[in-house]
Amino acid sequence: MGLLSDPNRRRALIGLLTRLNAPICVVCYMAGVAWFMGLAFEPFTLRTYMSENAMGSTMVEERFPAGERALATGREFAAHKKKTGGMPVDWLVKTMQSRGLEVFTQRFSRRLPFPDEDKERYMVKGTNVYGILRAPRAPRTEALVLSAPCTAGDHNNQAVGLLLGLAQYFRNQVYWAKDIIFLVNEHDLIGMQAWLEGYHHTNTTGMDWSPLQGRGGSIQAALSLELSSDVVTSLDLVLEGLNGQLPNLDLANLFYAFCQKIGVLCTTQGKLQRNDWDSVSGYSHAVQTMMLMAMKQASGRPWGDHGLFLRYHIEAATIKGINSFRQYKTDATTVGRLLEGMYRKLNNLLERLHQSYFFYLMSSLSHFVSIGYYMPAFGLLGVILLLRALDLWVQLASPPPRTEDGVVDAEQVSSPGVLSVLTPLAVVLTAIAVYTLLPPATRARVFYCNPVCDVRRVSLCLLKAADGSGHGAGLEGAEAGGRALPGRAAGLHRAHQLLPGLHPGSHAGARGRLRHAQRAKVTRLQRLGDRCGSVRSLTSRSSSPPRRVLSAFVLVVLSPACTLLFSVFFFQELQEMPVSFLDGWMLYLSVISQGILDHALYGSLVYPLVALLVYPCWLLFWNILFWK
Amino acid sequence: MAAPMTLLLIVAVTIRAVLYRSGVADLVSERVEVVSPLTAWKRVVEGLALLDLGVSPYSGDVFHETPLIIYLFHFLVDYAEITFMLADVITAVALYMAVKDYNKQVFRKQKYALEADRYPLDCLELIRSPGEMYYIPLKVAMCYLLNPFTVLSCVAKSTCGLNNAVIALFILSTVKGNMLLSAIFLSLATYQSIYPLTLSAAALLYLIFWWFVAQYAFMYLGSLLVLVGLSFFLLGFWDYLPSVYGFILSVPDLTPNIGLFWDFFAEMFEHFRLFFLCVFQINVFFYTLPLSIKLKEHPVFLIFMQLAVISIFKSYPTVGDISLYLAFLPVWSHLHRFLRNIFLVSCVLLACSALFPVLWHLWIYAGSANSNFYYAITLLFNVAQILLVSDYFYAFLRREHHLSYGLYLKRKDGSEATLVLK
Repeated sequence: MGLLSDPNRRRALIGLLTRLNAPICVVCYMAGVAWFMGLAFEPFTLRTYMSENAMGSTMVEERFPAGERALATGREFAAHKKKTGGMPVDWLVKTMQSRGLEVFTQRFSRRLPFPDEDKERYMVKGTNVYGILRAPRAPRTEALVLSAPCTAGDHNNQAVGLLLGLAQYFRNQVYWAKDIIFLVNEHDLIGMQAWLEGYHHTNTTGMDWSPLQGRGGSIQAALSLELSSDVVTSLDLVLEGLNGQLPNLDLANLFYAFCQKIGVLCTTQGKLQRNDWDSVSGYSHAVQTMMLMAMKQASGRPWGDHGLFLRYHIEAATIKGINSFRQYKTDATTVGRLLEGMYRKLNNLLERLHQSYFFYLMSSLSHFVSIGYYMPAFGLLGVILLLRALDLWVQLASPPPRTEDGVVDAEQVSSPGVLSVLTPLAVVLTAIAVYTLLPPATRARVFYCNPVCDVRRVSLCLLKAADGSGHGAGLEGAEAGGRALPGRAAGLHRAHQLLPGLHPGSHAGARGRLRHAQRAKVTRLQRLGDRCGSVRSLTSRSSSPPRRVLSAFVLVVLSPACTLLFSVFFFQELQEMPVSFLDGWMLYLSVISQGILDHALYGSLVYPLVALLVYPCWLLFWNILFWK
Repeated sequence: MAAPMTLLLIVAVTIRAVLYRSGVADLVSERVEVVSPLTAWKRVVEGLALLDLGVSPYSGDVFHETPLIIYLFHFLVDYAEITFMLADVITAVALYMAVKDYNKQVFRKQKYALEADRYPLDCLELIRSPGEMYYIPLKVAMCYLLNPFTVLSCVAKSTCGLNNAVIALFILSTVKGNMLLSAIFLSLATYQSIYPLTLSAAALLYLIFWWFVAQYAFMYLGSLLVLVGLSFFLLGFWDYLPSVYGFILSVPDLTPNIGLFWDFFAEMFEHFRLFFLCVFQINVFFYTLPLSIKLKEHPVFLIFMQLAVISIFKSYPTVGDISLYLAFLPVWSHLHRFLRNIFLVSCVLLACSALFPVLWHLWIYAGSANSNFYYAITLLFNVAQILLVSDYFYAFLRREHHLSYGLYLKRKDGSEATLVLK
């Protein structure tokens, strides 16, 4: 308590903090960024290790022999799929039954709030088929899931074939102590959502589905399989689920351990592991992997069919087969043996996976940083906010400067009244609340009509507002124009379009696969830091017009919409798939619509977060910058 | 002042009524921060059902309200929402009137002291003007009614709101100097949750002669006896005693809440349990004597301190308890210049309030955190509350010190002195 109660030391400390506020903030920021970048440096990371005793020391022998037959089944499946023009339900039921499973189907239908252009669907109707292999060795209280999505076109037939092959093989083994559910889901995540909701008797998204006729025990773990070629060069592990949730690290460890044992190349984020961590390219490779993981998490969308399992407290991951131009190929038998090994180890589990980490970043499959190591980076960035606020607080508390004749400085008198602060705030909040609470269909229809025009108009409006710096509330006026106030700027004649237009635009900020990631958090904090800066300049009233224009420019650049746009390009850059500006722009628009869709379909939180938190904050800062 | 107060009441009731009709109510009434095993509405409903079946409501180890509450809701169950809104309104109005009266007393005392030249000359800036005191009662009512904690607690139909109303009425009658009502409401509050017993110290400070103290004690004990007896005659069994007071004192239900008990006792070996139970429970009562000696001139501040201590150290605290003492903060607005950690403390309190649901979700739903995460936030929240209260205590004492020794203290050698809390 000495530090907090001794007035002299307190005064010294606060004096130090206020006097050196800017340098300390800069140092904190640099230190935070440096810390984060340092996390990818291999000597600072931990090697992954298996924490779960039940999966660690026990030996299993993989004997799955029937890769070729599985591929043949896959081809048969493809033929039937082509014939029926969708999911060959009857064939699947028959095939699964002939392999000795209890087979059930589930029908579901869902009308999307607005047509999904990426996947070209609007009214979704489909059927999930699943077969349960009952555990011969134990009461049926626990289950494992192996799923393969049935996608349109030529994709993923091999995955379904392998799934059926594994089902046949597993049926003849006697050591299963957990039910194994083989699930073929249609319409990827929508089907998965319907099945999970049916299995757990919940309905969080208002989807129509027929109740499940058969169930296993409580699901302990799930793997989703994506294979589109007969041979693969490597297997990619996808961990990022809904809202950035991750499965227990032991699941990744298990996959990695078996890849090592069987000798399959394995990747995460599509990036192979490299051994040259001490070289610059090796380090930047690790940084890219980690950044990709962080950005995917920040996007809030599920990056594989496993993503929705995590919401039900089921550890799940997606395994993707990748076929590139490498010499070394792995055949379906090996992949089958890998899966067999993983399921046998999961079968040994005595309790849910919980021993290892749930919050981690991976710079390669064999190295990770846990939450204890990456939180200090965010702590350092977050403390900037606190320091800035402290500075403002101290300034508020200190008596106003007095001029010589004892009159309080004129600034004090001109400080904005409560009303002028509250009005814009109220307008912004109501607009956003009304907009967010609108039924998604309306929102989406307006948005869908011509997203490009809207977004362009928004950016125009932003620029206009930025130019006419004196004209402060340009944006505000435009926003309000749609509601009640007389239109300003572009407002009047197309007010009703403008308002929704604004929304998705900025809203997108966090939107969807916003690929924001850590990086986004970094940017956001940085942005907040800047905002604090502008508040400060406001209170000190020293901002000259050029500085204001500069601040406005910075604010526009850091606006949620722009941040999202940069993130899209950055993400593509990290994936080593750079895009042209036009493609990037189209991608950006689809990211926005996907974001709204993810929110409506699966309950991803990024859209409301941006619409209700980040965007109003940004508007507020804009407002502060320009009020007279 | 009546007009703004009416407006405030209308706004507060509207907010609550809207929230009752929205989906928020169901969500909130399940939150462990808002309802405890003692105050949950769900349990009241269960008790009512048992009562209707002719079974003792205490037989199932679910219901822990006092018999009076269950008979109250036996008649009012259809009007429960109105009852809870009314309880909040009563609390706010009682606090409003009590603070208004208290401010009058403070002002009168200050006037006498000024006339008697008892204040040092450099203390003039510490003297409180009627202008700045005018809006304080309204602010208190606003602070209670619009506090998100109160709103949540009311929307969740936590019976904590009723307890708060009783305590507020006790404060009102004490400040007004009505001994009989004060004793009755205090016994009612004690009957509801034991802990308000410590508030009797503040009530006794208002009485000057031993004879009055004896009278007060007699009235208090008498009405307590009546309440206990009445409960017995209503129910016909004594099993509410272990089920209500035993439940409060021995803390058998370790459902997480924002208090200090649950994780500690969940982790502890059984044979230490009794000892630590005593240690934890004694905290509520322990500070009463030293505080009332130190604050014998300022019973209302003592009430504020005691309410804070109760809401920090009681066995099943909820946010409703916190909101009651937070409502008093505007009364001490003249202490702001002496507060030291208010910025830090308010940051911590805000951050913790936001983190409670987040960590709960991670622990219970996502399964990726564990109880330690939640308990850590609980600890931090309570540390912040303790800092807040001790900060106000320090500021209050310091102002009193300045009022008797002057604002600019000098050491013996003439250099500037500073006050240090040790």
